Amino acid sequence: MGNTLFDKIWDAHVVSKNEGFPDVLYIDTHFIHEVTSPQAFDGLRDRGLPVFRPKQTVATADHNVPTIDQHLPIKEALSRYQVDMLTKNSAEFGIELYGLGHPYQGIVHVIGPELGITRPGCTYVCGDSHTSTHGAFGAIAFGIGTSQVEQVMATQCLLQSRPKRMKIEVNGKLNLGVTSKDIILYIISKISAAGGTGYFVEYAGDTIRSLSMEGRMTICNMSIEMGARGGLIAPDETTFEYVKGREFAPKGNEWDKALAYWKTLYSDDDAVFDKVLTFDAADIEPMITYGTNPGMGIGVTQKTPATNSIGTDERSSYTKALAYMDIDDDAAILGKAIDYVFIGSCTNSRIEDLRQVAAFVKGKHKADHIIAWIVPGSKQVQQQAIREGLDKVFIEAGFALREPGCSACLGMNEDKIPAGKYCVSTSNRNFEGRQGPNSRTFLASPLTAAAAAITGCITDVREMLELENA
Amino acid sequence: MATKIFKHLHSTVVPVHIENIDTDQIIPARFLKATTREGFGNNLFRDWRFDENDNPKTDFVLNNPLYSGKILVAGKNFGCGSSREHAAWAIADYGFDVVVSSFFADIFKGNALNNGLLPIQVSDAFLRTIFTAVETDPHTEIEVDLEKQLIKLTVTAEQEEFEINPYKKACLINGYDDIDYILSKKHLIEEFETKA
Repeated sequence: MGNTLFDKIWDAHVVSKNEGFPDVLYIDTHFIHEVTSPQAFDGLRDRGLPVFRPKQTVATADHNVPTIDQHLPIKEALSRYQVDMLTKNSAEFGIELYGLGHPYQGIVHVIGPELGITRPGCTYVCGDSHTSTHGAFGAIAFGIGTSQVEQVMATQCLLQSRPKRMKIEVNGKLNLGVTSKDIILYIISKISAAGGTGYFVEYAGDTIRSLSMEGRMTICNMSIEMGARGGLIAPDETTFEYVKGREFAPKGNEWDKALAYWKTLYSDDDAVFDKVLTFDAADIEPMITYGTNPGMGIGVTQKTPATNSIGTDERSSYTKALAYMDIDDDAAILGKAIDYVFIGSCTNSRIEDLRQVAAFVKGKHKADHIIAWIVPGSKQVQQQAIREGLDKVFIEAGFALREPGCSACLGMNEDKIPAGKYCVSTSNRNFEGRQGPNSRTFLASPLTAAAAAITGCITDVREMLELENA
Repeated sequence: MATKIFKHLHSTVVPVHIENIDTDQIIPARFLKATTREGFGNNLFRDWRFDENDNPKTDFVLNNPLYSGKILVAGKNFGCGSSREHAAWAIADYGFDVVVSSFFADIFKGNALNNGLLPIQVSDAFLRTIFTAVETDPHTEIEVDLEKQLIKLTVTAEQEEFEINPYKKACLINGYDDIDYILSKKHLIEEFETKA
């Protein structure tokens, strides 16, 4: 029997295996940020332990950072304190920090790949559930809690039981206006926000293969939104091409050696998965969520489910979600007026996202009442956007290009959606209050978000694209 | 380092009859700025418990004086979303020792176990039985026996076995700690590194 890609990487990282115990799994790189690390550093101090492998630990400040005037001290005292703690802890324990003001600063799941730290065949963890993003390179990457952050700091290992394996195949050509974000929102809407719990997912099929690395990252990023521990995609020429030449990518002989190994990283033809799901790309239209978990998504032209079509156990939760969103059941969502548009987060804040939005909004202008924020994923993305003149396009269209950070995805900084307001957001979670107390979130692709900013309401981006192509 | 020990518990319960409770509801992001593990219980379920003027919302179960106890019972897919361990800290800090649901998100489950908070996964039917019993009589008591892996309604004696990883069970019963365990394998870690 053949091996899955997941098992090949996992097996290559098992330090110790004991019957009845979780495996001791070696972690190649540990990413840390300011929110989930301070208690772990305190734990080390209490135990009198150093960080075991500080050179394999990378820190950045992203969750709390402001996205305007980053050169000034952080105004909010608690945020400033938490970011200062990261600076102090990183210095004390000998960890490289890409903090505010550093040219590599950015969202942890954006900077790892763009610096060539994220590579095929490796293991990555971070005290952040969207660590699954790095799986796009054919790596095992997943989020952990702070006790585990401390564990990895202390030992460079994690005690972890092997999850089950799921394969999700998507085949066929994508329709006009449909992006990788729509693929993953579609999959989650089909299998629910808990459909992947207990599994590690491998995404396969020719549709997935046809995606760029950034498109693949968007898919893997949201694996956690179906409950999966992580998601990964077998590396191929697209992957190798992306990694090659990046700051920390292997060079010379090291590159040749790494490449030879990376080419062995795929699931064997006779590999057995615990579960296999197959989807047809032709069935996917631009997606939008209407409820308060990422599984509550529909094609933008569809109606919300009728309450009586929901199982009795789930009905009260369904009604609660619609009441929170002030949305009717069995009703169209197209044309619903919105107030904010947020283009950013570790899901959709990379240069291709910004290019796609710029190309779409060029020559158009946002609706008067809309506040539209574009928050690049990193300093490097921001600089690239400026070099390409995208900032001017955004300004002319009435969008603000801000500075990098997690921003309105979770509103730990000042970027919050006010109570009762609607935001079409390219982020990953539409939970109650996620973007600010009592805010209301519609998750969508950057294209659908940009279209909503122009029209001021939920819009079928295909109609606008067809007009342009006509 | 020793952690909190859990063997058995006999308590009334607090039912939060909602599904897919994500960690943003358990502890909203704006309260994650603390740099210690203490005090998160004050903000447990913050936006369900308090209105925008910090007044308790009377329709939320944690503000209902009829309900109290060390066992939190919630709808399926509890703890989904963010990996924030602050969610487990908030629940434990509030005073709960056990969370019962018919389904837990993976990261939350791990975080709970690492903090001496026992997540018990029961069948959909047994969860319904508990909700019905508690909503009929708020004084309903539940017994949890970790060694026997049993959860039981005291009055009716309806019970169900639950699963737990044998290693994590031993950790809870004896107060073992993951880091101590891995550190005992340090020679193997160093050996692994030289091979890689």
